[in-house]
Amino acid sequence: MIVYILKRLAIAIPTLLVLIIASFLLMHTAPGGPFTSERAVPPEVLANLNAKYGLDQPLWKQIATYLWNVVAHFDFGPSFSYKDRSVNDIIAQGFPVTLTYGFLSFIAAVLVGVTLGVTAAIKRNSWLDYLAVGISIGAQVLPNFVMAPILVLIFTLSLHWLPGGGWSFDDPRFWIMPVIALSTSYMASIARITRSSMLETLSSNHIRTARAKGLPKRKIIMRHALKPALLPVISYLGPAFVSMITGSVIVDVYFTTGGIGKSFVDSALNRDYAVMMGITILLGTLTILFNLVVDIVYGWIDPKIRY
Amino acid sequence: MKSIAAISAFALMLGSAAPVLAQSSKVPEGTKLAADQTFTYWMQDDLKTLDPDLSTSKDGNDVLQQMFEGLYQQDDHGKLVPALATSYEVSDDKKTYTFHLRNEKWSNGDPVTAQDFVYAWRRLADPATASQYSWYIELMQVKNAHDVIAGDKKPSELGVKALDDHTLQVTLDSAIPYFRQMLVLSSTFPVPQKVVEEYGSDWTKPENMVVNGPYKLKSWKIGNSIELTKNDAYYDAANVTLTDLKFIPMQDNDQALTRYEAGELDFVQTPAGQYPRLKKEYPDAAHAPPRSCVYAYRFNVGPNGPEALKDVKVRKALSYAINRDIIVDKILKGGQKPAYTWTHWATANFKAPDVAYADMTQQERMDKAKELLKEAGYGPDHPLNLRIMYNTSADHKKIAIAVQQFWKQLGVKSTLENYEWKVYLDKLNGQHDFDVARTAWCADYNEASTYLDVNTSWSDQNSGQWKNADYDKLMKDSKTAADPQEDYTKAEKILAEDMPLAPIYAYSLPMLLNPQIKGYPFDNVQLNWYAKNMYKVAK
Repeated sequence: MIVYILKRLAIAIPTLLVLIIASFLLMHTAPGGPFTSERAVPPEVLANLNAKYGLDQPLWKQIATYLWNVVAHFDFGPSFSYKDRSVNDIIAQGFPVTLTYGFLSFIAAVLVGVTLGVTAAIKRNSWLDYLAVGISIGAQVLPNFVMAPILVLIFTLSLHWLPGGGWSFDDPRFWIMPVIALSTSYMASIARITRSSMLETLSSNHIRTARAKGLPKRKIIMRHALKPALLPVISYLGPAFVSMITGSVIVDVYFTTGGIGKSFVDSALNRDYAVMMGITILLGTLTILFNLVVDIVYGWIDPKIRY
Repeated sequence: MKSIAAISAFALMLGSAAPVLAQSSKVPEGTKLAADQTFTYWMQDDLKTLDPDLSTSKDGNDVLQQMFEGLYQQDDHGKLVPALATSYEVSDDKKTYTFHLRNEKWSNGDPVTAQDFVYAWRRLADPATASQYSWYIELMQVKNAHDVIAGDKKPSELGVKALDDHTLQVTLDSAIPYFRQMLVLSSTFPVPQKVVEEYGSDWTKPENMVVNGPYKLKSWKIGNSIELTKNDAYYDAANVTLTDLKFIPMQDNDQALTRYEAGELDFVQTPAGQYPRLKKEYPDAAHAPPRSCVYAYRFNVGPNGPEALKDVKVRKALSYAINRDIIVDKILKGGQKPAYTWTHWATANFKAPDVAYADMTQQERMDKAKELLKEAGYGPDHPLNLRIMYNTSADHKKIAIAVQQFWKQLGVKSTLENYEWKVYLDKLNGQHDFDVARTAWCADYNEASTYLDVNTSWSDQNSGQWKNADYDKLMKDSKTAADPQEDYTKAEKILAEDMPLAPIYAYSLPMLLNPQIKGYPFDNVQLNWYAKNMYKVAK
């Protein structure tokens, strides 16, 4: 097991390296640069800017310097567009926000999604099944950029219960709409995956054996069916968890949360190479890490898998 | 101890229930003020910096002028009023200005000195600062600014000197009549040398930032909010009524409107086309004051532009064919005005020339356009094909489609090309790779040269690469003229005759402003507002 984990981590390093170099090169090929602005900047000013941010160096040198700073000092450099903030500052401000609403969304999506899926599977073809499937399809087809304004319309403009945007770590009223907007589509996917995999499990041999033994239905489901039925859900949850805790640009923009989802998209639009790289590396690392976690959980749940 | 706390809490409650405390001299007597003096302001884009020497945006200027005081400010009508510069003298050749500064303190208690200006201006020009707005000090004609920016001279050679703590002397390379008008912009604000040197780029963090204006920084969360709170060390703090300012960045107008309607914003720009409906719904809150920016279509007459546009008849025909009234009345609907000059009509002292096509009916313009195009050799058997370039935005698209239709009536076939912002800028200013491009210009200061300088052959902003010796000469002469306005009028006349660009509309700022907020300067054409002059009345 330990050897397996170490092996996977070792593979992660070249993967990240490829990710960094590829995104670095792709970004630099995009037309325009971080200092292209509506007011055309005189050439001597542009030269000063390029010199300050090292953009006058050959590309290979820029990559090398960048990698050295990241590896040796854990320093992602200054932001190219936010002049008095470093990439570390921007991530430190935004990541806790997205982490909070992302994590809550994850919990909500898993709890509601699995419950809906299991209920639908057990009560197959009953009204409960139809209701659960109906809810999850509804949630799936309603994208969050449609959901967010509807939520604001209901909870802010009509009922005056929740603030229409903003963020506070102390006041849960700010969390509710972002969590609903972010979690619903994941919840729907989880419900559908759970339902179909539960149905499959319920018709498998070991469940039939359990039934034949005369075990109570409840015990069969909780003890024998749920664990194997959740395997496909778990492989979905790894990447879903990463994309949830790294936020959603729609949620960040619509609710002005100040999370990094918006910073990520803005950095691409602003050609803010440094912020773009910083968040890419963060995302890449988290993705690799949680894929590993998923594999470990797999081994723990499924006795057939051993590392 | 507990009882003291209880008493003071009680006193506070009393205070907030009935704010009959000493009122600012800016609030008319008998006004009942709101208990909560917070002004929440919408901005389209998040600020990129709070450093006056690095700031480049109008929104940045709006925030910074609450936190800093430079030499001058504008009053409610856009007229110059002294801020730190209580008086000044100018030499006979108009090249040396001596400003006398008021005794003021930074929020950390240090005195504000002439040296703080010297430091700030040198820093603005210094290549090591790499400010994207360093060209502004060159535009101000401060001596040696060009060479300092280019790295050919040391920042210490810049034409700015502290004669003593409260006397600042500025030397110019060449006299410009509007020099003092330029000193309103945040790029010319002083910065606290000690603090900047101690913290480097971290000096604008809330825990470090030191200011000399009526408000200081409380927090800045990117993508969420910038919060300012009253600076009690400000010399005129007794006359500052609004206690808190919040700036919320939101790209989407419609969403900002929702937040306004939820009572979470006091100010919002109305989405395009929605002003008439909102005016009906919120008659007390809806305003559309003129705003000093102009929207235009620029023709590429440079080497990368199409051959056809090098012919003035074609350019004139294209400009005449644009029905500006339809664009203003049917598409934008927010108090904008048709533009036939590049300078905004409301610019201080600006006198527009008699531009023939401005007074024609659209039918006359259209007939003239057809005639001109025919003379230029274009018609059904030799059709003109053009590309219209704009940056991705629903509003630009609407206008481009309208223009496409107007030109179709001329027999001109145009294709629309929209690009993401940075790509568009690169094509416009970098590659000059376009036929006709949407552009806009906003005044840096309230004087016509801020517009007209753009079209000089040496301007970096002249994206269509138009060159006209007479125009260049006029603009050069205007810098030393006793009254430059005459030159400006003549320059506009040349623009109308040579048509390097087709002005389309003069901006307004259609907005909703919470009617409880008083003192907003609607008559200031740059809409430079100072929160210290504003207050919030009770409902």
